[in-house]
Amino acid sequence: MAASSETKGEGTLRKAFGGVLGFFILLLIGALAFSIRLFSVIKYESVIHEFDPYFNYRVTQFLTKNGIYDFWNWFDDRTWYPLGRVIGGTVYPGLTLTAGSIWWLLNNLNIPLSVETVCVFTAPIFSANASWATYLLTKEVKGTGAGLTAAALLAMVPSYISRSVAGSYDNEAVAIFALIFTFYLYTKTLNTGSLFYATLNALSYFYMVCSWGGYTFIINLIPMHVLLCIVTGRYSPRLYIAYAPLVVLGTLLASLVPVVGFNAVMTSEHFASFLVFIIIHVVALVYYIKGILSPKMFKVAVTLVVTIGIAVCCAVLAILIALVASSPTKGWSGRSLSLLDPTYASKYIPIIASVSEHQPPTWPSYFMDINVLAFLVPAGIVACFLPLSDASSFMVLYITTSVYFSGVMVRLMLVLAPAACIMSGIALSEAFDVFTRSIKLQLPKLFESPPGSGDIDSAQDEVVKVDNKAATDKSETAPKERPSKKNRKKEKEIVETTIKRPLKAKRLLVLPLEASAVAILLLIILGAFYVVHCVWAAAEAYSAPSIVLTSHSHDGLHVFDDFREAYAWLRHNTDVDDKVASWWDYGYQTTAMANRTVIVDNNTWNNTHIATVGTAMSSTEKPAWEIFNSLDVKYVLVVFGGLVGYPSDDINKFLWMVRIGGGVFPHIREPDYLRDGQYRIDAQATPTMLNCLMYKLSYYRFVETDGKGFDRVRRTEIGKKHFKLTHFEEVFTTHHWMVRIYKLKPPKNRIRGKSKKSKSNSKTSPSNLKRHGNLKKNPWQ
Amino acid sequence: MTKSNASDAQALIRSLRSAYAATPTNLKIIDLYVVFAIATAIIQVGYMGIVGSFPFNSFLSGVLSCVGTAVLAVCLRIQVNKENKEFKDLPPERAFADFVLCNLVLHLVIMNFLG
Repeated sequence: MAASSETKGEGTLRKAFGGVLGFFILLLIGALAFSIRLFSVIKYESVIHEFDPYFNYRVTQFLTKNGIYDFWNWFDDRTWYPLGRVIGGTVYPGLTLTAGSIWWLLNNLNIPLSVETVCVFTAPIFSANASWATYLLTKEVKGTGAGLTAAALLAMVPSYISRSVAGSYDNEAVAIFALIFTFYLYTKTLNTGSLFYATLNALSYFYMVCSWGGYTFIINLIPMHVLLCIVTGRYSPRLYIAYAPLVVLGTLLASLVPVVGFNAVMTSEHFASFLVFIIIHVVALVYYIKGILSPKMFKVAVTLVVTIGIAVCCAVLAILIALVASSPTKGWSGRSLSLLDPTYASKYIPIIASVSEHQPPTWPSYFMDINVLAFLVPAGIVACFLPLSDASSFMVLYITTSVYFSGVMVRLMLVLAPAACIMSGIALSEAFDVFTRSIKLQLPKLFESPPGSGDIDSAQDEVVKVDNKAATDKSETAPKERPSKKNRKKEKEIVETTIKRPLKAKRLLVLPLEASAVAILLLIILGAFYVVHCVWAAAEAYSAPSIVLTSHSHDGLHVFDDFREAYAWLRHNTDVDDKVASWWDYGYQTTAMANRTVIVDNNTWNNTHIATVGTAMSSTEKPAWEIFNSLDVKYVLVVFGGLVGYPSDDINKFLWMVRIGGGVFPHIREPDYLRDGQYRIDAQATPTMLNCLMYKLSYYRFVETDGKGFDRVRRTEIGKKHFKLTHFEEVFTTHHWMVRIYKLKPPKNRIRGKSKKSKSNSKTSPSNLKRHGNLKKNPWQ
Repeated sequence: MTKSNASDAQALIRSLRSAYAATPTNLKIIDLYVVFAIATAIIQVGYMGIVGSFPFNSFLSGVLSCVGTAVLAVCLRIQVNKENKEFKDLPPERAFADFVLCNLVLHLVIMNFLG
């Protein structure tokens, strides 16, 4: 009795010790997740990155300055001139509200941080939260060990780092946390059947809806899982409790978010959940009746109900299909459609296809973004099937769907990353489990009887042989796995663990000591490889803020700070109400950093407006001037990388301007800008290309830099070197010529070509006008 | 064929009734509550069909309030049902507290959404 209580006490002590250790490990993982994302601050500075974060930053500034009510009612007249934009109703407010409340809290605690600082560090903080959420989710699926491993993997997975480095103040930063946490609460509800967690789940879903448009992934994945459970005969009351309240509460909460609103019940993205909601009620009723009736009576009931039920179902389905078919896009939004049909966007919506993060990924990007996890995932899937619980079937479904979606859009690699981390966490932890157990079981024997207890060893060897044979068999019968060496090895290891499971009840199987020691060593090396890659990715690949560029050359480090230089120039040298036209990529930055009104920005809600700017950029000077003048534009901003070799400049994006412009104004035709299907700007370029506004604004006076006009991005000499501008004048060009700002010349009182100011006019404009006569009818004239 | 069907249906209804009679009273009360909520929802849908769905958020919140109430009550019923072995460890008081909390959240949202 005393002995038993003693061992029990020891057990609880060990458990408590394990709990404390686990807590500290989690704390360290959080610290790791936070600090690995600080490379950008250390290497560059504490600054907001890229494009969208600038908009979010501006919204947060507005929120902290004017309060929540003004925020909801904010009509922004500084973008989309002359249309404006209702920010409060068109923005996912989750991120902004989160950062705003963090700032408010800190300020009330007398910690005076600037809004910008809070915004910069929101993403790292939430990635720490995300890794804890991963721990919780994996713990629900496969236990603490797998949870800790998965959390550690997620803390530094490059795919997630790319979206959540300090300064990357974007929706995804908080949304991934919300996504994982919602999944955690769902599995928790599924495992416990507690209504309390169901409520929390709905609230967490609400946060996700607030944060990111990707919430439709949740509201489709969970019904899919419920359907899977029902079809495979795994329906349980817990499933009902996990799902039904989520649909009702989640729908209501989602429609509270202004940007979603009635879409939560009107669009096809959400219909799947309602359909499954009906199905689960039918199934629940069937199970209930089955429970209270005798089997014979139940059979009678089934035959009765089936005849009536089929008719009713058909009617309901017909109504639903009619409803859906009556809407023009079948109720699906463009982005969702391009998910289901990967070729949809490139066919119909150039504006979606033009964004590089909406393109399908390349194979190397998988290796870059999830690295060794790609090889561990299949092993994790196998481990999830042994034994298959509700939670682990959910994980399997999650990884399968997210692999598909990541194959459609690079951006959705982000959704795959947590799933891959969890799967690999499970795989690694199971493998370690087996190896350490076999070492632990064999070490004492080794010390006790060094001469060798032959019979036990041989018996074990035999079993191991059987194991290996089965393993090789299995890996041969699974040819769909990638034939990578590492992969196969991992596969074998995991299959060994899988085979061990069912046998474990009979006899605790162990691998040979040497084999397991070597395997552990290999796994550790694999992990080390992963860590090295992640740190490299965080430090080198994903930390660049993209508004400050650096380059290493033989004479040291160069810093290109041209963007901020240009925006500062605009802020200080132009009138507050001046309108600045640029391609939409730079809209957010111009409003946020230069505080000037822009025509189009990164919120690409009005295709026609963007097409107008694209048309202007693709036209010759005079029509372009007319378009811009009709929009009250004072300044035109172009980004030009030819001097320093900055590849993502406007000339490289120009074909998209032509396509988008041509999609609305048919007089702009893409073939006019291509010579034999090739996009070129050298002497062989088409005259349309060489005379369009974008070409002229980019290469104006460019020949003065080196005398030849050699473009270092396109690696060629430009086609037309000496030309003058007739309707625009250069007002500012940054240090490295990366941003060039032009002013529209005022309309003239006298006959064109005789003006004193533009002495060059007389030479170029007649030819210009002549050519212009050949052009097709332009609606802007 | 129809005759046998009819007799089957009668037998079925009889056995259903006898089986249902055995359920405890508290579950029957919950059932009544669920039926009432669903009936209210159906009335609202019917009203919408006649009058039109103009203040759509009012209609939505009305119907979803009823549906939500019914769903939550069904959850409560599942949890307090003694025959469900899975919820043996869950005391009915806890189940009821969860139910109240969930209802509170639901109706706070509804009030917010009512417009």
